[in-house]
Amino acid sequence: MRYLDEYRDPRLAAVLLERLRGVATRPWRLMEVCGGQTHTIVRQGIDELLPAGIRMIHGPGCPVCVTPLETLDRAMAIAARPGTLFTSFGDMLRVPGSHTDLLALRARGCDVRVVYSPMDAVELARRHPDRHVVFLAVGFETTAPANAMAVLRAAGLGLANFSLLVSHVLVPPAMTAVLDAPGCRVQAFLAAGHVCAVMGWTQYLPLVARYRVPVVVTGFEPLDLLEGILMAVTQLEQGRAEVENQYARAVRREGNTAAQEAVRRVFRVADQAWRGVGTIAGSGLVLAEEYAAFDAARRFDVGRLVVRERAECIAGAVLTGTKVPTDCGAYGTACTPRTPLGAPMVSSEGTCAAYYSAGRSAAPEDEGAVP
Amino acid sequence: MCLGIPGRVTTTDRDDGLLMGTVDFGGVRKRVCLEYLPDVRPGEYVIVHVGFAITMVDAAEAERTLRVLRAMGDAVAAELGERLP
Ligand code: SF4
Repeated sequence: MRYLDEYRDPRLAAVLLERLRGVATRPWRLMEVCGGQTHTIVRQGIDELLPAGIRMIHGPGCPVCVTPLETLDRAMAIAARPGTLFTSFGDMLRVPGSHTDLLALRARGCDVRVVYSPMDAVELARRHPDRHVVFLAVGFETTAPANAMAVLRAAGLGLANFSLLVSHVLVPPAMTAVLDAPGCRVQAFLAAGHVCAVMGWTQYLPLVARYRVPVVVTGFEPLDLLEGILMAVTQLEQGRAEVENQYARAVRREGNTAAQEAVRRVFRVADQAWRGVGTIAGSGLVLAEEYAAFDAARRFDVGRLVVRERAECIAGAVLTGTKVPTDCGAYGTACTPRTPLGAPMVSSEGTCAAYYSAGRSAAPEDEGAVP
Repeated sequence: MCLGIPGRVTTTDRDDGLLMGTVDFGGVRKRVCLEYLPDVRPGEYVIVHVGFAITMVDAAEAERTLRVLRAMGDAVAAELGERLP
């Protein structure tokens, strides 16, 4: 159990919790979509402070976790080719593929480098005309504009030695998939604040209308989350289902239109496989035909890939919120951040890693009586 | 990679036509692409994802967020490539 004085403003947190206790008359289950939010909730013990019956279900919003095993195996096959300079965000390096990981490949002499931005990968291509630079382009709507600009930049500079291995996922179709899943227990969503900073929030209006489910755009600080939870529970108690914006200091209704425009130019929407979850219609981005020359998957034929998931890993159930990490037999024993069996134990945004770093050994109490 | 970090734009410039700038994240300075916020001015605060400013944010709010992020050292180091001082 955490204590309120660990919060930035413990008095404000206490006030929000008090109001939540005043508002909640029944058990409710809310899903936070973003892995960054999961991390804050678990690390700060927010779920343990909530009134009994208010339950947070952790969503699939960890880009590292949902990148398909096939994409990872392809990345490693490409990275192992002579002449390749392979680049990636740092958190992808330790994700286990079927046989190995990128870090192990690097130790064996492959040129695998961590970049802070995809533009750094473009710069490497400019500086190494004799090498082919590949960037592993993963992530949600927050990283898509950056990857789009990298392609536009490489095209503008006429770089023939740069390409992306793309595995992009979109949030709203994943939320729809969560709601459509049999036995769905989610009654309201906290939407990911930074995804909305890019995309705006009107894209949730159809979902709210169709499923009558409240969506609250929420930031990722502890107080943001408490306020987002209060707003969502208030809607549920009042029988309302609307899009509300808790994170107005960073999110505008229309989002960042320049970024959306670049994404529309470079990518097109396609069906996408989510590791552990399955294929979700219209939930991904692939390079538009005009930019096909920058598609590493088309450029490099690596033959047929035979993928093999670890049998003991229940990451799929963890990602969709039907199980928690402590339900997994490998959690904290065979699987730790130093010896991860599955992606959710690798990424700082993964639920298993969040549980582990917070020292969790049991799930929070399930819906009890409301005081 | 999804953790956006707020910082203050200190300078802006053009690099081969691309709108770039230097952003100060509570002491750590980084080159950031500003193409998606073409109207941003030095002194203003932005939230940065993987080297791109994606939205403006109120100055006081940005300072508060940085204080919270300092307590989350590992996650920030993964995002910025170095720790906040
Ligand atoms: S604890 Fe490890 S093995 Fe279990 S679900 Fe999480 S990542 Fe998979």
